[in-house]
Parts: sequence; structure tokens; C-alpha cells
Amino acid sequence: MNDIWAGIQAAFRLIITLDADLVEITLRSLQVSLSALVIASAFALPFGTWLAIRRFRYRRTAIATLNALMGLPPVVVGLFVYLLLSRSGPFGVMGLLFTPTAMIIAQVIIITPLIASITHQAMRELWAEYHDLLISLNTTNRQRILTLIWDGRRTLLTAALAGFGRAIGEVGAIMIVGGNIDHATRVLTTAIALETGKGDFALALGLGFVLIALALLVNFAIHALSRTEREGTW
Amino acid sequence: MVSRPMSVSLSNVLVKRRGKAILGPVSLDLDAAGFTIVLGPNGAGKTTLLKALHGVERISDGKVEWSLPEVETRQAQAYVFQSPIMLRRSVRQNLAYPLQLLGMPKSEITLRVVDWAQRIGLEDALDRPAPRLSGGERQKLAVGRALIRNPQVLFLDEPCANLDGRSTREIEALLLDARDTGTRIIMTTHALGQARRLASDVVFLLNGNLHEQGAAPAFFNAPQTSEARSFLEGDIVE
Repeated sequence: MNDIWAGIQAAFRLIITLDADLVEITLRSLQVSLSALVIASAFALPFGTWLAIRRFRYRRTAIATLNALMGLPPVVVGLFVYLLLSRSGPFGVMGLLFTPTAMIIAQVIIITPLIASITHQAMRELWAEYHDLLISLNTTNRQRILTLIWDGRRTLLTAALAGFGRAIGEVGAIMIVGGNIDHATRVLTTAIALETGKGDFALALGLGFVLIALALLVNFAIHALSRTEREGTW
Repeated sequence: MVSRPMSVSLSNVLVKRRGKAILGPVSLDLDAAGFTIVLGPNGAGKTTLLKALHGVERISDGKVEWSLPEVETRQAQAYVFQSPIMLRRSVRQNLAYPLQLLGMPKSEITLRVVDWAQRIGLEDALDRPAPRLSGGERQKLAVGRALIRNPQVLFLDEPCANLDGRSTREIEALLLDARDTGTRIIMTTHALGQARRLASDVVFLLNGNLHEQGAAPAFFNAPQTSEARSFLEGDIVE
């Protein structure tokens, strides 16, 4: 109990004094996870929608695989990205290992299946509703996907937020490919892991509270934005 | 849109679902003008016939041949479903949608949308979400959305089912207007009164087969087959 209390105090002290390290770590967390979210969404939203409207031979297999990939172990993803980016790996010359870029790549791999799968579930219902009309209007696949994404944007927000939640709280993969280097690749989760290992529970807890607050803040902000953005609430 | 006559001819069209024939084989010719009413009991294949004509039904055998090339044909047709499908957008955006798909300039779209909103009596509801409209308003919007492209052929699948007298009259007025400006209309209905009011010719389907076809007055006054006679008299035909 004392540790938790000390953690709350530490968190307040860090936030009120706008601790330079804390701000840096928090911003990097946001930068990595939001970049990963944007890139993953750019792939996953159209792909999930496409899966919902297209009938092809191995569709069931593709969907089952996608659902299985939602549970992709981050540590294994980290390992793979590490091997690909390491000096002896195929992309070693790019020198990306232990940079925020490497962390973004790992997180994109982790959250893309998650976002695509939730998108597919949501879009399947909307497509069932719109199917006859869009076929009758002789729409192209592109027009269908764009229409579904636009009209289903509220449910897609849930998909994106689930992806963001997974990315911001993820530690295994970014620890491996980022290396938790101070002032370079240290983010909230890896910092918490480090401080816990060192026995500095107050600081670890403080960072933990900041992390939770950050996740809440981003969710509230996105919800507020999407509600004021458009008329109507269907 | 350039009006070239658009007639259609079906030869031995057969539609199967799970090995069972639900329509046909049907051979049928429809002229480029007029108001065709497709009559028949439930499950007679009316909707399937409409969808086959529209080109959205998978046909097992036979041919549907329009007098125009396929791309033009699809572009010049519109279809109104039995339960109107509303895009989750405002009335304005629902009306604009078919025109946006064609890549029409925005100013032109705005003009047409306002014009059609007035014709269907929804000019005060332009910014309301379409899924929140009442049943009659939705069907009027669906008809307006279908007519806004000035289609040469309009299909309607029981557009007035579940509507009250006033909404039915408003929709019928829209359809007669469209007919007078040269739109070919093919419509299914269960209401015999409506069929008598609108039809220029009648197609009578029974158990997936074309049972009788003819000009409206002849069909209503002196049906050729006993099934059509009992159907018109209100008996249950199976």
C-alpha cells in the first residue's frame, strides 16, 4: 500500500514539475504509438473492408488467419524485426535497429491484424445493409470501400482505439528492437520495466499512472473530436 | 442523358438457387416505353425477374439482351428496393450519392439535389439523417435517389408495400411524372388497385413461370387464363 501511495506522490511530483525526462519519454511514447496507429490504419481499414465485400476462394482461411494474428506474441514479433534489422539481417544496412523507426515497424506489425479484424467485423454488418444498393448503383470496388469506411467511421474509431491501446501498452517488442536507450528509444512502458527491475517502485508507479492517464486522454480526445466533427449520431 | 430507345428481350432465362429453379425458363419481350406491372403471388419470382432484368441476379441459363451495350445499360437503370436502403448520411447526401459516383461537378449536384428534394417533398428535411425518416419519407427518398440520375429504365419492387394511402399517392404521382418524361418503368406490386391505376401492360407470373402477358385493359377485363382470372377476383392462386 505504501508503494502505491508513494507512486501516486511521485507521479504528481513528476507531472507538476513537468520533469524533463518524463515529458521526453511521454512524447516519444505518443510519437511511436500514434505513428504506428496511423500507418497500421492506412493498411488495415481498407484491407478489413475489402475482406468484408470480396468473395474469394480462401476468404474463410484469410479471416481465420487474421483473427489468429490478433494474438500475435509481441516478443516474437520483436525478435523477427530484430533479426530483419540487425547488422547481419537483410535490412541491416539501413541502420534502423535501436531507433524509434524500428519500434514503429514492430508495433505496426502487432496492431495491423487487430485493427483489420475489428474493421472486418464491423464492415460485414454495414455491407449486408448496403449490399443491394451499392451493387445496383454499379459501384466500383474502390467506391464501395470508400463509402463503407466513411459511413462506418464511428465503428472504425473503436477499431483504431483498440489498436492504439495495444500499441501504447506494449513492451515486449519495443524493448527488443528499441533497446530502451535513454534519450533515444526509452518510452513509458520500457522505462517502467527498467525502474521496476531497479527496485524504484515509486518512479515506476508514477510512470504507470502517467501511462494510464495518457491512454484515457487520447481516447477522450478522439471521442470528443469525432462527435463534434459531424452532424447526427447514427 | 441521350435517350436512345431501350428495349429488352429475355430468352429462356433460368435462375436456380440450390438446384431448385425459382424463375423460368422465361422468354419475354419488353418495349422501350410504357409502365409494366409484374403481378403474381408471393414466391412467383417477381423480384427475381426484376433483378435478372437489372443484371444483378446470377442467371443459370438463357440470356437477357438489352438494346444498348452493357455498360450504358447499367448506367441508365435504377432500382428501388422493397425496404428502402438508406445510407447513414443526411437526406442531402443520400440524394447526391448516385451523382457523386458519376463524378458530376459539385454545383450541378447541388442544383439537382435541391430540385429533387422539392419534387419528393423533403426540401425541409435536407439535413436530417436519412435513417431517421418515417417509412413513407424513406421510400420517397429512395424513389428520388433512383430518379435523380434520369434513368431510362426504373425498376421498383413493391415500393408501396406497408405505406398508407397518402404516401402511396405521392409515390404514384412521382412515377407517373417520370413515365411522362420518358422513363420506362417496370414494377411489381400486390395491390391490384394500384396495378389498374398505373399499368400500361401486365406480366403475370406464377410459380416462377410467365403465365400471361398483355396490355393492361385486355388483361384486367378479359384475362386469358383461369389462374389470372381467379387472381384478379381475389382468390388465392397457388
